[in-house]
Amino acid sequence: MSSAPLLQIGDLSVSYPSRAGTTRALDGVSLDLSPGEFLGIVGESGSGKTQLLLAMLGLNAQGAQLAGSISYRGQELVGAGQRVMAQVRGRRIGMIFQDPMTALNPYLTIGTQVTEGVRQHYGLGRKAAHRRAVELLEAVQIPEPERRLGQHPHELSGGMRQRIVIAMALICEPEILLADEPTTALDVTVQAQILALLRELRTRTRAAIVLVTHDLGVIAEVADRVLVMYAGRVVEQAGVEQLFASARHPYTLGLRRSIAELDGPLPERLPSIGGNPPNPAALPPGCAFAPRCAHAFERCLSMPPPLLSVAPGHARACYFEGAL
Amino acid sequence: MSEAVLTVQGLTVRFALAGARHRVLQAVTDVSFSLPRGETLGIVGESGSGKSTIARALLRLVPASAGVARFKGINLLALEHEPLRRMREHLQIIFQDPLASLDPRMRVSQIIEEPLLEFRPRLDAQARRTVVLSTMERVGLLQSHLNRYPHEFSGGQAQRIGIARALVLEPELLVCDEPISALDVSIKSQIANLLKDLQRQLHLSVLFIAHDLAAVRFSCERVLVLYLGRVMEIAPRDALFSAPQHPYTRALLQSVPIPDPRRARARREAPLGGEIPSPLTPPSGCVFRTRCPIAEARCAEQVPALRVVGSSQVACHRAGEQELGR
Amino acid sequence: MSGALTQASVQTPWQQARAQLYRRPLALAALLVLMAVIVLALLGPLFSSYDFATPSWNEIYQTPSLHHWLGTDALGRDQLVRVLWGCRISLLVGVAASLVSVIIGVLWGATAGYAGGSADSMMMRFVDILYTVPFIPLVIVMTVLFGRNFLLVFVAIGAVSWLDIARIVRGQTLSLKQREFIEAARALGVRTPTMIIRHLVPNLIGVVIIYATLTVPTVILFEAFLSFLGLGVHAPLASLGSLVSDGADHLQSQPYLLTAPAVLLALIIACFSYLGDGLRDALDPRAHH
Repeated sequence: MSSAPLLQIGDLSVSYPSRAGTTRALDGVSLDLSPGEFLGIVGESGSGKTQLLLAMLGLNAQGAQLAGSISYRGQELVGAGQRVMAQVRGRRIGMIFQDPMTALNPYLTIGTQVTEGVRQHYGLGRKAAHRRAVELLEAVQIPEPERRLGQHPHELSGGMRQRIVIAMALICEPEILLADEPTTALDVTVQAQILALLRELRTRTRAAIVLVTHDLGVIAEVADRVLVMYAGRVVEQAGVEQLFASARHPYTLGLRRSIAELDGPLPERLPSIGGNPPNPAALPPGCAFAPRCAHAFERCLSMPPPLLSVAPGHARACYFEGAL
Repeated sequence: MSEAVLTVQGLTVRFALAGARHRVLQAVTDVSFSLPRGETLGIVGESGSGKSTIARALLRLVPASAGVARFKGINLLALEHEPLRRMREHLQIIFQDPLASLDPRMRVSQIIEEPLLEFRPRLDAQARRTVVLSTMERVGLLQSHLNRYPHEFSGGQAQRIGIARALVLEPELLVCDEPISALDVSIKSQIANLLKDLQRQLHLSVLFIAHDLAAVRFSCERVLVLYLGRVMEIAPRDALFSAPQHPYTRALLQSVPIPDPRRARARREAPLGGEIPSPLTPPSGCVFRTRCPIAEARCAEQVPALRVVGSSQVACHRAGEQELGR
Repeated sequence: MSGALTQASVQTPWQQARAQLYRRPLALAALLVLMAVIVLALLGPLFSSYDFATPSWNEIYQTPSLHHWLGTDALGRDQLVRVLWGCRISLLVGVAASLVSVIIGVLWGATAGYAGGSADSMMMRFVDILYTVPFIPLVIVMTVLFGRNFLLVFVAIGAVSWLDIARIVRGQTLSLKQREFIEAARALGVRTPTMIIRHLVPNLIGVVIIYATLTVPTVILFEAFLSFLGLGVHAPLASLGSLVSDGADHLQSQPYLLTAPAVLLALIIACFSYLGDGLRDALDPRAHH
């Protein structure tokens, strides 16, 4: 993608100071997002992936301290006031949350919730907003859209609710769509539908999509570029094919190898990463992955490795130079 | 082929819903299968498939409406209170949410010891401690974990505690209800490996209930596919994954994301459309017909029986027909 | 296989509750005041040369002085000692009766909640019926029948106070019943009595402590009320309630006899209430996650 980046995040950190000590949810994360790009962020619990998305919308919990920069089309979002953020949220950057059950208000009709954004940001009247909502529901492949608008969330299935949530995120035609584990709570057949939908929407709306997940399979299906996060830092960054074919970070490789497959030779044991996921409140001084890494040596224990380029478009944060 | 340690026939579970309309939720309908000794049978399905209900019905945590479950020659579903209780020693379960299934006010030592208190009354405290420690070692827990509380552990470790509790009595049959779905990705394979090892070491017969097909392929020798409470297909692992006979099984396998970008994007088939029907109003005849790409008229009229096709058993009127758009 | 812990600060539920309590100055202050009163009540009389029962006919109705810090009563007894004894009695009745009612209430409520079905219905209907019984007339009738008896006071109070706890414990048990670790214990074949003692009660303790602490002031007040009516402890023993009653009789002429017991009664009740509220905020698991 040669056009100027839509979103530039520079050295972003999110910490939660408390009496017991400071929890670093994000530490020095940088990324560029180009228009129309599909960026996948992979991480497990404690990786900071959700905090990253929330930071983009200024939705981190109270008490969060942000440092660094998030620049959207030149506008700095870190520390920006409520008025600026209100303009950005929903209108420029939309978000799809993980659990469609809790993302929707059980007391309001679908119609009310879907049109809320477009009425707020564009001041559309009821009829115009209604029409737009129907268009959106058709775009996300919901059958009988008119009827659905009058229904309440509990009358719909999980897959449909997630489509509604996607419609809500898209109604103001944002340039960036953030998705936090959008398919994790769904059945696998419904997940396949939603992923196909996201791919199609990306082509049609030319929005950039940032999708956060713990599932490498989902990443392989939809992402153009991938960021792998661990304990609040980016440990590897590459194009999707590059990442799967030639990952250079022990965590990425370990993760990839530990996934059971549907075909191919059946292993006696699944290669697995030992140890336990990191605790953001008590991170070791050096590389956070060192306690679980087969290749760790002294240098890894002293300072977290910087993210350095190893090939065009491919960077990793690791001191180990040998074969993995 | 070893003898079956568990034989289930016609298991049906219906829930009557509260409310004036006397609605009935058909969670499980006419499920039959057998589990050979020392083997792992995978039970897969999506939400509403009834797989967790089967686990709970076998353990008599929910009442079965019909059917027989023969374990050690005795019908589990017909047992009276006391004999049932005695039988529980040989039939244990591991739950999906590791932290929720452990009493937050009990220490690890107490949690793992509880089965011994119930079924080995002759053991004194010292003997119990010895058994607890050796079980903990088996599942990869340390002695220093004895006095800690569940909330102090990560998901993977908490699951190890649950596994230790289930195995301390050395049961014959182990039911695993989604044992790894709630765990972090980097931990899933650890626990999957552990379960496989333990099954070998202790000659366990295992019912492995999951929605993760790849994990089932790794862990199980045979697989049963459920949809809306009914059996769609039962087959040996290799047959199921390389030559699935039922259209639902095929759709399920095709839906799983492929962790390889080139192959994933080269895939041509469209995902299975539609949604799972409500278990309150299941479709007539074959319950899968509303989403089935090859449904015909008779699929709405008659419930397909489980038929043998090669090494698989398939509940489809069109099973065995020539290449059905594979 | 590392033994890595997920939380940097590993705390038992008790430690967490204590930490929470420290953040609520009102509850903490209440706790300290209560402890001071208890110490005073227990040790105070030991340092006094007077006892609470012996009359001293040439010292009656003395206003507060250096010899008698709170004055003397109608029989010349030192009021300070009597008030401290009154604290002892009130606290004793309060804590003991609360303890009894907590035990009954917990067992009743947990059994009803866990058993469910018709047993639950019957047990809770019984509670409902008892709620409707007017207790003061009942106590009066019992006093007429059995004479004035300290034990009677206990029984009467105990009969009332366990009802609230039973209801609350039943509610908590109903929601606990749904939790997976209870299901796991059922899968293990744990019998109902064992289930209640081993799994339910420890998980109910938080709630029970809160309501036990809130029951104490209710009980003390009830006893005070009975004593005020002349139905509680009888002479020469005194509870704060009977002292208040005596003091009220002499309000015009010897107002100092009323002040101390009334203030202390109000103080004790208020402290237990604030402490209970603070504990509720600290121990209620739903309040934090």
